[in-house]
Amino acid sequence: MQLVSSAKALLLKEFVDAFFLSFRYLLKPKATLNYPHEKNPQSPRYRGEHALRRYPNGEERCIACKLCEAICPAQAITIEAAPRGNDGTRRTTRYDIDMTKCIYCGFCQEACPVDAIVEGPNSEFAVETREELFFDKQRLLDNGAIWEREIARNLAADAPYR
Amino acid sequence: MTLATFFFYLFSIAMIASAVTVISARNPVHSVLFLILTFFNAAGLFLLTGAEFLAMILVVVYVGAVAVLFLFVVMMLDVDFAELKQGFLQYLPIGALVGLIVLVELVAVVGVWTVAPQSALATPTPGHLSNTAALGMVLYTQYVYLFEAAGFVLLVAMIGAIVLTLHHRPNVRRQNIAAQNARTRASAIENKKVPSRAGV
Amino acid sequence: MDLLISLLLIVVKSLALLVIGLVLVAYYILLDRKVWAAVQLRRGPNVVGPWGVLQSFADMFKFLFKEPIIPDGANKGVFLIAPFLTATLALAAWAVIPVNDGWAVANLNVGILYIFAISSLGVYGVIMGGWASNSKYPFLAALRSAAQMVSYEVSIGFVIITVLLCAGSLNLSDIVRAQDTRWGFLGWYWLPLFPMFVIFFISALAETNRPPFDLVEAESELVAGFMVEYSASQYLLFMLGEYVAIVTMCSLMTLLFFGGWLPPLKFAPFTLVPGVIWFVLKVTWFFFLFAMVKAFVPRYRYDQLMRLGWKVFLPLSLAAVVVVAGVLEFLGKVAQ
Repeated sequence: MQLVSSAKALLLKEFVDAFFLSFRYLLKPKATLNYPHEKNPQSPRYRGEHALRRYPNGEERCIACKLCEAICPAQAITIEAAPRGNDGTRRTTRYDIDMTKCIYCGFCQEACPVDAIVEGPNSEFAVETREELFFDKQRLLDNGAIWEREIARNLAADAPYR
Repeated sequence: MTLATFFFYLFSIAMIASAVTVISARNPVHSVLFLILTFFNAAGLFLLTGAEFLAMILVVVYVGAVAVLFLFVVMMLDVDFAELKQGFLQYLPIGALVGLIVLVELVAVVGVWTVAPQSALATPTPGHLSNTAALGMVLYTQYVYLFEAAGFVLLVAMIGAIVLTLHHRPNVRRQNIAAQNARTRASAIENKKVPSRAGV
Repeated sequence: MDLLISLLLIVVKSLALLVIGLVLVAYYILLDRKVWAAVQLRRGPNVVGPWGVLQSFADMFKFLFKEPIIPDGANKGVFLIAPFLTATLALAAWAVIPVNDGWAVANLNVGILYIFAISSLGVYGVIMGGWASNSKYPFLAALRSAAQMVSYEVSIGFVIITVLLCAGSLNLSDIVRAQDTRWGFLGWYWLPLFPMFVIFFISALAETNRPPFDLVEAESELVAGFMVEYSASQYLLFMLGEYVAIVTMCSLMTLLFFGGWLPPLKFAPFTLVPGVIWFVLKVTWFFFLFAMVKAFVPRYRYDQLMRLGWKVFLPLSLAAVVVVAGVLEFLGKVAQ
């Protein structure tokens, strides 16, 4: 017994075994995803970049109830509201999200009664300056226009579980 | 031939310049680095005379090992050279005297004394043999006792250094790697039936 | 006139070796990264050029165009000389390596001693860089490396002596020719001197500061070791010197134990391949082993490293010198 273990130590058995083990791993298919070209499947509940949605007729959904502003744990949302000029309905005059504060908890979209503010599937919005991360209403509405199809699909896919 | 002369003067001048810098440099680490440069140039001079083995051994032993330890020590010590230079002038006459005596002795040794008078003056390249083989031939035949004596002196010095620095303190827990490697499941794990509310 | 021509020839030969060698090293660095990545189920660099073949060159340009930063308290001269020293010494060792029969820039009689001397100087780049940075981690790394490299040189020296005893020459070409027997690869020195071959391989890992002996730049303890304060082209030179030294060690293993440029079997399809191809293949194999070791062996602790060097390898290699000399004398095969 002692003899066998000493012989193993002397002949560096563990190292030789390790060599063949790592050689097997060397030939295995790689686990890495070739990221910008390949992407992982994404859950419909994924919480990425924010967007403000519109109804199919072009009317913006947000009614300036400020529930999102109230629930936001990071206090990243700032809303100012006023009656709109042409029809006197309550609308936001200012809807800002400070994306440097946002923690992507998703409470705003949970709180929203009209599915106006949502977190879309996009997570690739890195920018070069801090200022670009202070999203205003126009930016959020534009996001909604760009991502509407994916957002609607994700909401529909998730609807049975809500 | 002109190329060899050119390199001789190059190595010599560089060697003398760096040797002077060794004693004049303010930073002790710079001194050691220039000492290394001096060794290098000495190796170059050996190469020029055809003593290639000596040149390589000089680099391996002095530059590769001894000077590293020098550098090691000098880097660790915070030597204040300004303080050391305080009594420079005071000791200059004695120092100069000692230096002069050593110089005279060296001249006397090189000029007069030979280790083995009966042998012809050795040449670095004896023609039919390579320099290394020739050195071995001489070292292990003619000078074998001197060579062994030198080895013995070094051995004594080594043992002395070990004896001076080796302290076996009791109560120090040491790692025994052989014992660790020899551990098996059987010797390391013990199954015990622990009675309830009694502990191990 | 003759002198001028021979001088020109040396310069041309050196430049050719340098260019081919450096391109080869660039691909060895890529191989190193690819192998390491593959064992960890990653892909490794694969963006610059197809399969990332141009990655090393992209890295080189990045380092060259970055701004070198010299720390405020650094000893400027020594700080700048250190990387140059490392790279120059590493490249200088190639002067005596015969890549084929008679294909060495300088066919020195004491070639092996020359390489040994040059590689023992590699420690200076590390120690100077570490000291001149005037920073704690680099200095600790420099002290570690000084002790480590000096320790493992001793056992490397004794291993080389066993090979020299068998070959009877200090000339690298002659050492390879001494392995040229009719048994092909079974006649190379790795078989009769197998334990020495293993010791040499492990000592070479320690001498070049490769994992598992990369305590000099142990990133979890010393950040990047002696290179902490280095950036841009100075860092590039350190990197280059390190990898060139590794390739030198690989080629030294090829020459001493794996028959240099000799084909593994002494009949038709193998003997037709030029020797330089065999040489590069063997060096690549050893480099692959270096890369694999990096992938699967955990780092040694410093006292374990010293124990391995002084208490295991030194007595073993010393005993091997005595045994090999005794066996050669007994068989009457001492080389004249």
